[in-house]
Amino acid sequence: MKVTINGKTIEVPEGTTVLEAARMLNIPIPTLCHHPKLTPFGGCRMCIVEIKGAPRPLTSCTTPVSEGMEVITSSPELEDLRKTVLELILSDHPNDCMICEKAGDCTLQELAYFYGISPYNPPLLKGDKGGFLGERRVYGKRDGNPFIERDMEKCILCGRCVKVCDEVQGVEAIDFAYRGFKSKICPTFEKDLDCEFCGQCVAVCPTGALTGKMWALRGRQKDIKEVDTTCSYCGTGCNITLHVRRNEVIRVTSREDTWNEGWLCVKGRFGYSFINNPDRLKKPLIRIKDRSNCSSGSNGLNKVFKEVSWDEALDYTSQRLKEIKEKYGHDSIAGLSSARCTNEENYLFQKFMRAAVGTNNVDHCARL
Amino acid sequence: MTNSIREIEGMEVIFIIGSNTKETHPVIANRMLKAIRKGSKLIVADPRKIPLVKFSEIFLRLKPGTDVALVNGIAHVILKEGLDNKEFIKERTDGFDKWKKSLETFTPENASKITGVPKEDIIKAALLYGGSRKAGIFYTMGVTQHTHGTDNVNAIANLALLTGNIGREHTGINPLRGQNNVQGACDAGCLPNVYPGYQRVDMPMVKRKFEEAWNASLSDKEGLKSTEMMLSAAEGKLKALYIMGENPILTEPNVGHTREALKKLEFLLVQDIFLTETAALADVVLPATCFAEKTGTFINTERKVQLVRKAVDPPGDAKEDMWIISELSNRMGYAMKYSSSEDVFEELGSLWSALSGITYNRIRNNGIHWPCPTKDHPGTEYLYKAGFPRGRVSFTTVNYAPPAEPTDKDYPFVLTTGRNLFQYHGGSMTRRVAPIEAHAGEPYIEMNAEDAHRLGVKNGEPVKVKSRRGEIEIKVRITDRVSGGILFLPMHYREAAANVITTDALDPFAKTPEFKVCAVKIETF
Repeated sequence: MKVTINGKTIEVPEGTTVLEAARMLNIPIPTLCHHPKLTPFGGCRMCIVEIKGAPRPLTSCTTPVSEGMEVITSSPELEDLRKTVLELILSDHPNDCMICEKAGDCTLQELAYFYGISPYNPPLLKGDKGGFLGERRVYGKRDGNPFIERDMEKCILCGRCVKVCDEVQGVEAIDFAYRGFKSKICPTFEKDLDCEFCGQCVAVCPTGALTGKMWALRGRQKDIKEVDTTCSYCGTGCNITLHVRRNEVIRVTSREDTWNEGWLCVKGRFGYSFINNPDRLKKPLIRIKDRSNCSSGSNGLNKVFKEVSWDEALDYTSQRLKEIKEKYGHDSIAGLSSARCTNEENYLFQKFMRAAVGTNNVDHCARL
Repeated sequence: MTNSIREIEGMEVIFIIGSNTKETHPVIANRMLKAIRKGSKLIVADPRKIPLVKFSEIFLRLKPGTDVALVNGIAHVILKEGLDNKEFIKERTDGFDKWKKSLETFTPENASKITGVPKEDIIKAALLYGGSRKAGIFYTMGVTQHTHGTDNVNAIANLALLTGNIGREHTGINPLRGQNNVQGACDAGCLPNVYPGYQRVDMPMVKRKFEEAWNASLSDKEGLKSTEMMLSAAEGKLKALYIMGENPILTEPNVGHTREALKKLEFLLVQDIFLTETAALADVVLPATCFAEKTGTFINTERKVQLVRKAVDPPGDAKEDMWIISELSNRMGYAMKYSSSEDVFEELGSLWSALSGITYNRIRNNGIHWPCPTKDHPGTEYLYKAGFPRGRVSFTTVNYAPPAEPTDKDYPFVLTTGRNLFQYHGGSMTRRVAPIEAHAGEPYIEMNAEDAHRLGVKNGEPVKVKSRRGEIEIKVRITDRVSGGILFLPMHYREAAANVITTDALDPFAKTPEFKVCAVKIETF
């Protein structure tokens, strides 16, 4: 199917939307509610375009291409309409970007920047000459869950969270409630969230309405190093991105173009703080108290172990292993490796057991 | 997995047996939901009404430990209805007639009697699975953690052979691996009977190959499996144990037994990131690094090799496991000199052709599925395209036998164990994550409302759960996820450790413990 957008022609399969066709041509159309992995909604009206023969602008995200269609994505009228939409949204927005977790990574902020809209513009403050002034939505917080911060005053009702929860996660924990100005997105009976806490909604939220509770005040986009790696929980192997600030993982996300499409689970997305847990072992330890009468648990640790240098720990260990090997034979020693560790570590571990110790007594937790 | 995760989208039928995919592999479940939205049909076989049941066409609620009867019953119907793939059976399998005969008694009626699943549902499932040539089977520990785990797996394999649902895109057998790199740990040779790449230690040629590559003299005697190590330690035969990143006290069956076994060792070395229950018993504890502090590769459940990148420095004096192992080896008189993890990976690839074609550079952006024998090979998304490695595959006759510990008058409940969505395995990691602990930090046992009513316990009230091995105190969670007579206990909580209760009965071949069935009683306060 042939379509011409801003004078450029492209052939696309039937069912392709105007927005998709434009993106294939690298023509930018601003959007807020659209998400490439969710069904189109046509809610925010930012993606409106002029189509030859249509009496008024149409939303490009919901309009399928038809043969020979001619599209204009930008004109003074369209940009005016888009600006009005943004002004309307911002007239009912806290506009507290300076303390918002999402600043620097917020679609609304980005569009306001490109359209030059500030809540402190005189027209907006006065509410005349094209600006808007009026009632603001104020919500009491109902937010006892430990994972997801819901700042609903920043919600622009784009509906991405509702869609992702239903279409991707199959949970339907949230939906639109009420009508008109009172519309809001909430769990059943406006209770606190009690869901799988996968955080897919957080990942698709275009503003700071949904963020991770544990992200608060740990750093935004500045001075963040992003490291792409592989999740260390279950065997699915989701591709994740660690956000690092001052040698600390402060956030985990997943890119949309990964094989897991950016989707994660509660453990992968929110279960990272064990990395910086103060209980982490930091020094080699050697037992100083007999094991036979000790119970498990970490009480009175310093009476049971002493901290030693690596040299001391390794010398002592190798000496003990050599003694036992000498006295009882190779097969009196065994090794349990770990499905948490890398291939390289596992390879070296079994090589150590087989070549250095001389036994095939090596296994890991595959059965458990 | 014989398939890749991508191929789930495109399966006509998804048959999940013994896997609570939505909680244990949530992102794979997302892919299944995507497939279902596009028209795939879902069959779920599980004793519990797990979250994916909501999306299923057919829910087969079998009694724990009756998987063989259910799968054989389905195969019986497929045969009877003539839905078997005759061409595939003739060309690629052996032993069909003998196996066919063994199915005669598994009529839907008999299967229904054993499993408790209505016979109509068994027939419906058979028509759905047998009627498709693009059907995938998915399972996890719900199938394997039984004294008949190997039988269960064989029964599933028979089903795939019967319909020819293997060796093509979008159809195959897919065990979902429960740990990030359990596939890689197996591939890298951390198994007592094989070197890296599943090359047998008892074959002289293989042994010679590794002796030459490693410049060492090696043993041709098969080693001990993890569950056997504990038995050997308890008997006083095993003297020293080196544990890297595991917590067997919580994860092996019968906690008391494991603890006593470890205490008997002359030397216990534990290398971990936390002072786990196991590390607390060690003679030497070495501080290691977690995944965010090192570079290397993991292999996920679909055999895809993916990069792990260092993001932060380890705390204190903690060292990378590779460094620790090498230093130890050098001191033991066997030199290990590697300049990077990539060096090690290349050595592994030189010894196993399935990884030979993979380099760090090739998997910089996207992982590659093994086998990938050459540098220009794209990797292998699904296995057995060109046939089975040994030419033809045999049907394996499997007969139903009940679990090792049936319920009786004294221990009338069946207890089954597993994971929940929020916690992970022994909990060393997730239990140290504050929001997860705040939300799911308390142990519980799932009980059906009728059982709770009969026992006179309310939701959230504590009970004693007793088996022949031990007892724990735990709060009851009343839910229709379990049916009458069945209890579910998550394995994550050390203060109410499931493996205080579980049986140490093992599958005779795989030596996998029967975590999914044991007999218990409930005492109220």
